[in-house]
Amino acid sequence: MLDLDDIQHFLLMRPRALAARYGFLSFRKPDDGRAWLAGIIDRVGRGRAEAAGDHTDARWVTVAFTLNGLRALGVDEASLATFPEEFRQGMAARAAMLGDTGANHPDHWVGGLASPDLHAIVILFARDVAERERSVHEHQKYAAQFPGVEVLSILDLEATPPLDYAHDHFGYRDRMSQPEIEGMGVTPTPGSGAPLKPGEFFLGYPDEGGNQPPLPQPEILSRNGSFLAYRRMEEHVGRFRDFLRQNGSTPEEQELVAAKLMGRWRSGAPLVLAPTRDDPELASDPQRNNNFDYGTMDPHGYAVPLGSHIRRMNPRDTAPNMNRRRMIRRGGTYGPPLPEGVPDDGVERGLAAFVGCASLIRQFEFAQNVWVNDPNFHELKNERDPFVGTHDGSYDMTIPKRPIRKKITGLPAFCTTKGGAYFFLPGIRALKFLAAGAKED
Amino acid sequence: MSNASKQTDWKTPAAMAIPKEGYFTLEQGRYGPIYPRTPACHGFTIISKIKAGTESDIRAYGTTIEKAIEGSPDALAPLKLHYLRWVLFDIGPDKYFMYQGIFDTDFDKYTEDAIQLFKATGVTTVFEKLEGFPMDWRTNAPAFIKFVREHQCPSFLEYGEYPFVTAAEIKKALALKDAFSAMLDQMQ
Repeated sequence: MLDLDDIQHFLLMRPRALAARYGFLSFRKPDDGRAWLAGIIDRVGRGRAEAAGDHTDARWVTVAFTLNGLRALGVDEASLATFPEEFRQGMAARAAMLGDTGANHPDHWVGGLASPDLHAIVILFARDVAERERSVHEHQKYAAQFPGVEVLSILDLEATPPLDYAHDHFGYRDRMSQPEIEGMGVTPTPGSGAPLKPGEFFLGYPDEGGNQPPLPQPEILSRNGSFLAYRRMEEHVGRFRDFLRQNGSTPEEQELVAAKLMGRWRSGAPLVLAPTRDDPELASDPQRNNNFDYGTMDPHGYAVPLGSHIRRMNPRDTAPNMNRRRMIRRGGTYGPPLPEGVPDDGVERGLAAFVGCASLIRQFEFAQNVWVNDPNFHELKNERDPFVGTHDGSYDMTIPKRPIRKKITGLPAFCTTKGGAYFFLPGIRALKFLAAGAKED
Repeated sequence: MSNASKQTDWKTPAAMAIPKEGYFTLEQGRYGPIYPRTPACHGFTIISKIKAGTESDIRAYGTTIEKAIEGSPDALAPLKLHYLRWVLFDIGPDKYFMYQGIFDTDFDKYTEDAIQLFKATGVTTVFEKLEGFPMDWRTNAPAFIKFVREHQCPSFLEYGEYPFVTAAEIKKALALKDAFSAMLDQMQ
């Protein structure tokens, strides 16, 4: 049974938040870091409150640490050595394997994210912008007592209008397919698969491999924790719209090209169920909008191209071992929306999201290395994920079509990685352990 | 990487000499260096001493795998294999096991899927007879992967009569041939 009093709420439930702030911190003075943490623990959201459907909260706080952050708070080297190698190295050190090369290289990352001084992230989700500003102000007053806790950078996020459903700056509806966790009592929507064992997302529980992997030490630090991969992806909206215009002579053709890159219409309607024209009603019906497979319904990719984003990020019935690759996504959009018909203004806008899992190497890194960036995924030979893959204009996109497929060559980079990091998201007891100098009572 | 590693026409046989390290330039995968795709596809050769007295168990396992594939021909499909060769041989008084696999996927990329399959088909029963194999492999995937990588002997030459052709492409071509044959029969 999940320990909902101990697990942070972050991966368990998704409160309705329209604004957020991420604060990236460095503990210049360990004592200040521990004191800051001690005073904030009671504000951190716990699984229990969310699971109980307590909707009175208007803001939700989450705290997570890099390896250097755990070290700065006093976790000894023998304990750190028991954490997985990929977490110990950090995301920037694994850039080549993750495809963070060229314009995406950590040398170009912003906000101090590639720096060894990055120790922690504090994530604030708020019901609206006013509540965020109120909470930020409150936290600033509190944090002022601890000059040894330096803010490396902040990122403010706001839902992109129209606000009737979550979507990115390109206009694609988001949050269509999320795994559910066994024991949470949530019935997955049709097509989303059975709830997954908690060990896929939280340390100390049985996983889909039928095992309970050994915990990093000491157990009080690791139990009920998760790993987070953070990605800040700039979306080049002007470039994307130019691309659609170049590849479709009518608005309808452009919409179809956009849908083929994603595997869903921008409304969210899946191409497997709506292959020729958009169906917004289908898109907004959770009983239908995820209810499809590829193996029997679209084996050749005539509806959803083999290389499209959703077919890579969740190959469903066409990949083995799928239940060991699932991840929980959290995050949102940042930067001002670019109105239709307006040339790109050069302002950075994009997605800043977290992938939560129990194993970065088996879940996040696999997806990034294989599904996203392997040019030979599904034997495509020279393609990468059209959105989150690493692009330099030399990859293609094949759109299967009878009688002859359509091949778009020289796909431009629609996104650029502006930063990223690996964090450990501890349970509440672990936060108290860290605040007490990483010593057990 | 040498030019020989570039994909060529399947009709032109190709050979590739490989440096001692097993790769031309160091490219890190998730678990370690990536080994190149050669005219003979991807593959590995794992050589390990077996535990004394386990030879007959290992040999008997050949029959078990044969029956498993008979019963479930697609059991190993996710590995995208062309061939497997299992060999037992002597070095002095010791007995060694060689596991040679030729396949189309980069092993580093699909390591966990392979372990899952090894587990499901019982291939791990053979691994457990190898000296130094981590007996906690069920919960310790990194140790399993480390063992495989430490016992992998990279080729220094690989050759392909029909280079860089995948098993899927071969099967598609043969299916097409069958379909054409059937069509021609129907037109008689």
